[in-house]
Amino acid sequence: MSASDTQSPLRLFWREFSENKFAVGSLVVVVLLAVVAFLAPLLVPQDPYNLELLSLLDARRPPGFVGSGGYVHVLGTDPQGRDLLSAIFYGLRISIIIGLAAGAIALVLGTIVGIFAAYAGGWIETVLMRVIDLQLSFPAILLALVLVALLGQGKGQLIAALVAAQYAYFARTAYGAAKAERRKDYVEAALATPLAGYKVAVRHLLPNCMPPLIVVATVQIANAISLEATLSFLGLGLPVTEPSLGMLISNGFPYMMSGRYWISVFPGIALIILIVAINVVGDQIRDQFNPRLRK
Amino acid sequence: MDAFFEVENVVREFRPPVTLGDKIAARLGAKVEMRSVKAVNDVSLTLEKGKTLGLVGESGCGKSTLGKVAAGILAPTAGTVLLDGKPVMTDGRKQTTRVQTVFQDPFASLDPRMKVGDAVAEGPIEHGLVTRADARAYVLDWFARVGLDPSYANRYPHQFSGGQRQRIAIARALAMQPDLLICDEPVASLDVSIQAQVINLFLDLRRDLDLTCLFISHDLSVVRHVSDRVAVMYLGRIVEEAPTEALFEAPAHPYTRALIASIPKLVLNRETLVEFDPIAGEIPSPLSPPPGCYFAPRCPLAADRCRETAPDLRTTENGRRVACYFPVSTRGAD
Repeated sequence: MSASDTQSPLRLFWREFSENKFAVGSLVVVVLLAVVAFLAPLLVPQDPYNLELLSLLDARRPPGFVGSGGYVHVLGTDPQGRDLLSAIFYGLRISIIIGLAAGAIALVLGTIVGIFAAYAGGWIETVLMRVIDLQLSFPAILLALVLVALLGQGKGQLIAALVAAQYAYFARTAYGAAKAERRKDYVEAALATPLAGYKVAVRHLLPNCMPPLIVVATVQIANAISLEATLSFLGLGLPVTEPSLGMLISNGFPYMMSGRYWISVFPGIALIILIVAINVVGDQIRDQFNPRLRK
Repeated sequence: MDAFFEVENVVREFRPPVTLGDKIAARLGAKVEMRSVKAVNDVSLTLEKGKTLGLVGESGCGKSTLGKVAAGILAPTAGTVLLDGKPVMTDGRKQTTRVQTVFQDPFASLDPRMKVGDAVAEGPIEHGLVTRADARAYVLDWFARVGLDPSYANRYPHQFSGGQRQRIAIARALAMQPDLLICDEPVASLDVSIQAQVINLFLDLRRDLDLTCLFISHDLSVVRHVSDRVAVMYLGRIVEEAPTEALFEAPAHPYTRALIASIPKLVLNRETLVEFDPIAGEIPSPLSPPPGCYFAPRCPLAADRCRETAPDLRTTENGRRVACYFPVSTRGAD
């Protein structure tokens, strides 16, 4: 017999996932947006971060306008004369990088805290989880706002603020899952071998805690992206020279009522498509992990 | 006397966690009742090398807890567990790989996200019984010995039936090359048809490897089939311990008698067809056990003395130990 008769949990998972065409479509959209975002420099006519290329004569032009660069501004231009399509692609790149980085770091940090608390028990567990609970009682946006205000602007600072605001969700989830798995016989069997506690935690506890964490991770990546957009919209996220989607929306906001809808609307649509697609994928993953919804 | 495996005066208590409210109440001078359950209450057992001791009792009598203490999974509240004169556990840590356990439920005791071959290899690699390079061959050898196709090593637990999983669990325990195997209801969760296969596998391996076993079960016929000696447990205490045939042929403790009488028998003879006597009454609550002999409330022979002080476990004839003031005569058993 070959290795192909190994039904790894991942393979089974994909088989079930692929039955939901809407979720598969959303996954394709997410991947497509990611590819577009990372190949942005090759796909767009203008580098929106290069201020020398911008001309105020091209500012606030409607979609289809041929600017001083000699090419068509498919989605129009923003108040600084940037090509909106280029700015949106670059903005998507920032959004995805920040969402993924914040999500991944928060996942690792939160999982370590949560599993450690569940495994250690006693007063360590009590102190850690009360701190987490305390933090969860604050709105994430409030915490992120305060931290960005304290740390200043920049990608690194923004990611740090988002991680600080979000790791608690991962810690809670990892803690709950680890607490439930900890009581199961296979953990007892591993400890009875005997194996050192940390090895059992890493080899047995961690892999079995991953399903709920992956669900939280997809949702939190989408949340991180929208948090970043919110902070940028409020002018606290990234510097003006590197416009993210939130800032593009913010830049167009004063012109909404004067008929120049495209400056805010197109970045807004891009942001909505990205967040909705990630959430649909996350929903499908959650449904598959929910035993009560299983066929 | 140094026995191969000794359980000495082991007590295992469980108490509910002390809540903050209780602590405050206690600080304020209120009397906080500390309710604890002695799941295992002053149990002593010895096991000779190469022998199998069966441990039987009703659900909730503490036999699994005793098994976990013996296996070094739970630390005893008091008393010691010694293998070759050395403690199995010190400071809450298991000290030896020579005691291994086969758990009751093979659906819970295998990590669902680890390939079964890796699960079998994990312990031996960790403890240097086999090098990482030789682990593959080692695992395949164990698969063959427990009657599994070696090509199954790459599969995950959910791809196996209950009987196959229990074979994997046995392979995992034996791959650690233990001297003592604790089997905690190893066949209770299997189909009856599969039980016999797993029991026979167990008997073959025990013979080939010269294993010493503690075999825990509520199934008296299984225990009778595999054990050299049998200990009967009731509410955390051993009430009788004797060589298997002596115990089944002439039970001395009224509880043992009742337990054996309660085995449903399928006999094609009209007179014996209804030979099925469930034990009257229920196990008393372990939170507030009766003062004397724990079995007194259900015992047909109980006298005032039984309800006041519990009888000690005394050695009678032929290496039999029984905790009863009025043991049923065992003469003529041999």
